[in-house]
Amino acid sequence: MLEIKNLHVKVEGKEILKGINLTVNAGEVHAIMGPNGSGKSTLAQTLAGKTEYEVTNGEALFEGKNLLDLSPEVRAREGVFLAFQYPIELPGVSNTNLLKTALNEIRKYRGLEAIDTMEFLSMIKSKMKLVELEQSLLSRAVNEGFSGGEKKRNEIFQMAVLEPKLAILDETDSGLDIDALRIVANGVNKLKTKDNATIVVTHYQRLLDYIIPDFVHVLYKGKIVMSGGKELALELEDKGYDWVKEDIPQV
Amino acid sequence: MSSTEVSTIEELANKEYKFGFVTDIEAESLPIGLNEETIKKLSSIKGEPEFMLEWRLKAYRHWLTLTEPHWANVHYPKINYQAISYYSAPKKKPQLNSLDELDPELRKTFEKLGISLDEQKRLSGVAVDAVFDSVSVATTFREKLSELGIIFCSFSEAVKNHPDLVKKYLGSVVPHTDNFFASLNSAVFSDGSFVYIPKGVRCPMELSTYFRMNAANTGQFERTLIIADEGAYVSYLEGCTAPQRDENQLHAAVVELIALDNAQIKYSTVQNWYAGDKDGKGGIYNFVTKRGACRGVNSKISWTQVETGSAITWKYPSCILQGDNSIGEFYSVAVTNNLQQADTGTKMIHLGRNTRSTIISKGISAGRSNNSYRGQVKVARRAENARNFSQCDSLLLGDKCGAHTFPYLEINNPSAQVEHEATTSKIGEDQIFYLNQRGISTEDAIGLIVNGYCKEVFKELPMEFAVEAQKLLSISLEGSVG
Repeated sequence: MLEIKNLHVKVEGKEILKGINLTVNAGEVHAIMGPNGSGKSTLAQTLAGKTEYEVTNGEALFEGKNLLDLSPEVRAREGVFLAFQYPIELPGVSNTNLLKTALNEIRKYRGLEAIDTMEFLSMIKSKMKLVELEQSLLSRAVNEGFSGGEKKRNEIFQMAVLEPKLAILDETDSGLDIDALRIVANGVNKLKTKDNATIVVTHYQRLLDYIIPDFVHVLYKGKIVMSGGKELALELEDKGYDWVKEDIPQV
Repeated sequence: MSSTEVSTIEELANKEYKFGFVTDIEAESLPIGLNEETIKKLSSIKGEPEFMLEWRLKAYRHWLTLTEPHWANVHYPKINYQAISYYSAPKKKPQLNSLDELDPELRKTFEKLGISLDEQKRLSGVAVDAVFDSVSVATTFREKLSELGIIFCSFSEAVKNHPDLVKKYLGSVVPHTDNFFASLNSAVFSDGSFVYIPKGVRCPMELSTYFRMNAANTGQFERTLIIADEGAYVSYLEGCTAPQRDENQLHAAVVELIALDNAQIKYSTVQNWYAGDKDGKGGIYNFVTKRGACRGVNSKISWTQVETGSAITWKYPSCILQGDNSIGEFYSVAVTNNLQQADTGTKMIHLGRNTRSTIISKGISAGRSNNSYRGQVKVARRAENARNFSQCDSLLLGDKCGAHTFPYLEINNPSAQVEHEATTSKIGEDQIFYLNQRGISTEDAIGLIVNGYCKEVFKELPMEFAVEAQKLLSISLEGSVG
């Protein structure tokens, strides 16, 4: 589904990603871990198409198309979804309005008719239950006045409605208490199918107790320095990132 | 803002004005120029009673003593008032026995503007007075309204059929001496709408006037007078468009509202006069005086305006809160793009006790435009317990436009509570990226964000109008965020 080859990215003139290689297949969950400043969020945002991030080398093929040639909205319509680390507030724009507009753009791109309003409303109500969100959040402005936990749950709710092929969760666990973490993780697990894939970007192992990854990669100084199964995350938790740093002196 | 956003905005800014067509219809016009003879001619064409002509001449003589005001934050070359024709009307007799007799060209023109004059086809609940250049060409649903004693007709008809009401109220809120443009209007106004809602009647449908300027080198000077008698209620809508012409055209209207005891008037405008092209060529000068008097106790007047058109807008819909416990409201969205200039706001004059006013103003500037809010809140000495809340928000799209706020407060009673809040913001790149990431294009993202920004004002508009306003905003802003 996604094949990243030798990806180099500069942010404000400074090279942050220094040759990432990563392959994600349908049905897989990949965790990307790493210490602060290793480039995890840069990778997530680059895949989503943030314009300030300059790709200096490499490619990212998504179902055969080079993602990096596409505008952010086209990537989204192709099926790439980013759950933001810091979800943005949109005063006056209701959640329902945002979701309906987004869903219809995606449907239009895929040659489908705009969704019937009644059908849309019943669909979003059922999806809200996945992340245990209050219905009142639908008519409120997107993320405005939401608690940290509500914002993160709202991201997963949007993901549930838009049904992406590839979901990238950028530090979705940060700032969540243990109950919210469980709710968010349950939501993600329920959305998992054999046809979609998830990349979980996280600093801590604890999210991976709930979302079980098939692969764990360790990002350090802009490169993936270690890859393994879910046990790698536990080892990291046990030994800390210093272990990686000591083990990879050449980076 | 990234370069892609800038280019999207510029692309959008260059979208065509879709109401810019010209109707080919034979017109009867007065030659250009203005003097007492022109006014006499105008009055005689309209078959007016003597009192009207006298009033016009009095206004004209006063106007001669005035000079054009230049305190507003707008700039334009000197207007030659002798180069304008003060009257233009479609040649076929506008005196219709039924709507079926309406000139098909005129009917087509309004159809094209989305205003059906066919009562059967109208969405229920809106009666329309259609004003084409200097005259009202059709008014729908008048029989149905007259059953309730409601008078909804062109100003010309009101002068003939209801002279007592006209005499009593004309100029009672905006006197003929009020200001340069109001005096000019008083001298030469050609038509407009007249509304009278009798005691205790709640008008069952929205009343609406649609102004269309067609002929070249003419000015449109219309006058609207709305009276809500004791306990009456009316919601009134006004829409306007004009052809795309290279010359500037002057539109100097006067609107007077009178609310008696316990009466309520809700006045909504969606102004979409031609704004000129992207280089600032052409467009309407919209110099308008709108004022409402809450004359009775517990009366209420609300102005809601969505201003997207005109090359220059100079307009301050105001409320005089005379009656005790009366309420004045002003909700405004003013959008300027390209080289448009707007200086708009309101005046809330508190005279009665326990009077309250609310001002919500949303200015959106894009391109190289300039958008000013100018508002006055005045609390008179005997206005005990007056309350005002003002909120003025400015949104800048791009880095070549300007937003300005000029609040004036004059408080003469220590019990007054006056609050003023102001913000200036830009649309964040992160907001646009967030929406992009959900599959929404930059253009649509800007539309969503701006509509969200204006929500507080749009919710004051009648349903049908609100949808129109949102669309209009997206069109005029297509080309306007930063």
